[in-house]
Amino acid sequence: MSDVWTVAWKETKEILSLSGSLKGGRLGVIIMIAVFGVFLPLQNGATWIASPVTMIYWAWVPLMLVTGMIADAFAGERERHTLETLLASRLPDRAILLGKVAAAVAYGWGIMLVMFLCGLVTVNVAFGHGRLLLYPWTTMAAAFGGGLLTAGLAASAGVLVSLRAATVRQAAQTLSIALMLCIFIPAFGLPALPAAWRTALLSAATALSVRQWIAAVFAILVLADAALLAAAMARFKRARLILD
Amino acid sequence: MATTSHNGFAIRTEGLTRDFPRVRAVDDLTLEVPAGIVFGFLGPNGSGKTTTIRLLLGLLEPSAGAAEVLGLDVRRQAEAIRARAGALLEHTGLYERLSALDNLEYYGRIAKLTAADRRARIRELLTSFGLWDRRTEVVGAWSRGMKQKLAVARALLHRPALIFLDEPTASLDPVASAALRDDLAQLAVREGATVFLTTHNLAEAERLCARVAVIREGKLLAVGPPSELNARKGTRAEIRGDGFTDEAILRLKERPEVTAVLAEDGRLVLDLAEGAATAPLVSLLVEHGAAVEEVRKEQASLEEVFLTLMEEER
Repeated sequence: MSDVWTVAWKETKEILSLSGSLKGGRLGVIIMIAVFGVFLPLQNGATWIASPVTMIYWAWVPLMLVTGMIADAFAGERERHTLETLLASRLPDRAILLGKVAAAVAYGWGIMLVMFLCGLVTVNVAFGHGRLLLYPWTTMAAAFGGGLLTAGLAASAGVLVSLRAATVRQAAQTLSIALMLCIFIPAFGLPALPAAWRTALLSAATALSVRQWIAAVFAILVLADAALLAAAMARFKRARLILD
Repeated sequence: MATTSHNGFAIRTEGLTRDFPRVRAVDDLTLEVPAGIVFGFLGPNGSGKTTTIRLLLGLLEPSAGAAEVLGLDVRRQAEAIRARAGALLEHTGLYERLSALDNLEYYGRIAKLTAADRRARIRELLTSFGLWDRRTEVVGAWSRGMKQKLAVARALLHRPALIFLDEPTASLDPVASAALRDDLAQLAVREGATVFLTTHNLAEAERLCARVAVIREGKLLAVGPPSELNARKGTRAEIRGDGFTDEAILRLKERPEVTAVLAEDGRLVLDLAEGAATAPLVSLLVEHGAAVEEVRKEQASLEEVFLTLMEEER
């Protein structure tokens, strides 16, 4: 476990050094925090806290943040010629992989939590009128559990793509395409289904309670995270990485 | 300061072979590297030096044969080998967005050094390489020579019993190269480690290495102390003077210990067999009327030996 933290420590240092400059990414993060933590809450008022729609944001934001940086995990090390030295160290394969995933998840989830808390503070300051407004438990679950799992999903998929990619650019392009497919397939796929299927899906969806919905989504995300992580571990072969 | 060895050898290979789809990179390599010395592994580009290092570090699986590093099997105990060895490979492998301190801190943590040991060791190494005052600077802004020194410091951080250095002075200017060479010579003695050094710089190998091996196309051509390899090539004598007649040169060529004679502008250059004496040859010249002013005898350099070996194998 300490090896995982060692790798995560270095990854975090690199992420911070990269986002330490405005050009390197700090500006993007500041804008996102300003939009999701201040601007949108001010625009929506108390609805920002009460509406179930924000659950989608809290699940989506870590996915976007992690996708934006995970391409660098292995492709970046390969491009900057640091991978072979790392592989020549005593670190076990699993520690290298999990350390990179852990750092990416911490980054995406951590920033999302900052936005989440900023939104809460903004709404309470602007619209609280002396009352303490709190997120409903469903939104809390989406932010803490869903955000963590979507960050994990992006990180696991990202390391898998990054392991196979020759360059960071190639990995980033593949991940962007995957992210777009995640949006477009449901958006265009569902209306394209036969009317009878849509009706059946809708009735099945409405038959579920919110609690059941959250449980089902979490279960799917956990399975997807585990499957992608297992695929990345299977792909991680020192000899193959060196010869690539 | 460990000098872990197995029967006095840091590395032993037996018929080590590695095939790639279209080429045999290492071919039946049988080698013994005594512990505690600087061992030079010489060969032209693409001769299999880097592949050999990767095999010895357990980064690649051998196609055939066996190898032990510090008494550990490269197939079954690769992780233990990597824990006990240090490596500076083809590239420095430094994280250029991080400071020198962070780079060493990372590898110190990987090696599981305690925080106090890490601090002390990092200070010791950076000071000895003259980098301590610049420890907080981002490595990306450094010169190649400084990066190379830092990479050597990283390889030494956990006091490895064996250090692989893959062309450590390549791409450095002559001054930086000489400085790093001096540092390497000192560290081998100070750290008591075995150094497995690949280099193109044969003068460097001659100066630093107690033993060298020469490979070409994955095959071992020669191994031994540089002086022994040089002696195999024989010696060269340069005789300056006057009156070197065709008859005298013909007589010289007939002598069994003379392998080649080159005559030019008042001087003769003779290639001599191993252990050949020059006095009888000078007498022969004098008997044929030559006036000898100066005789200089020198052993072949490692570079000449290397080039001869390369030619012989063609």
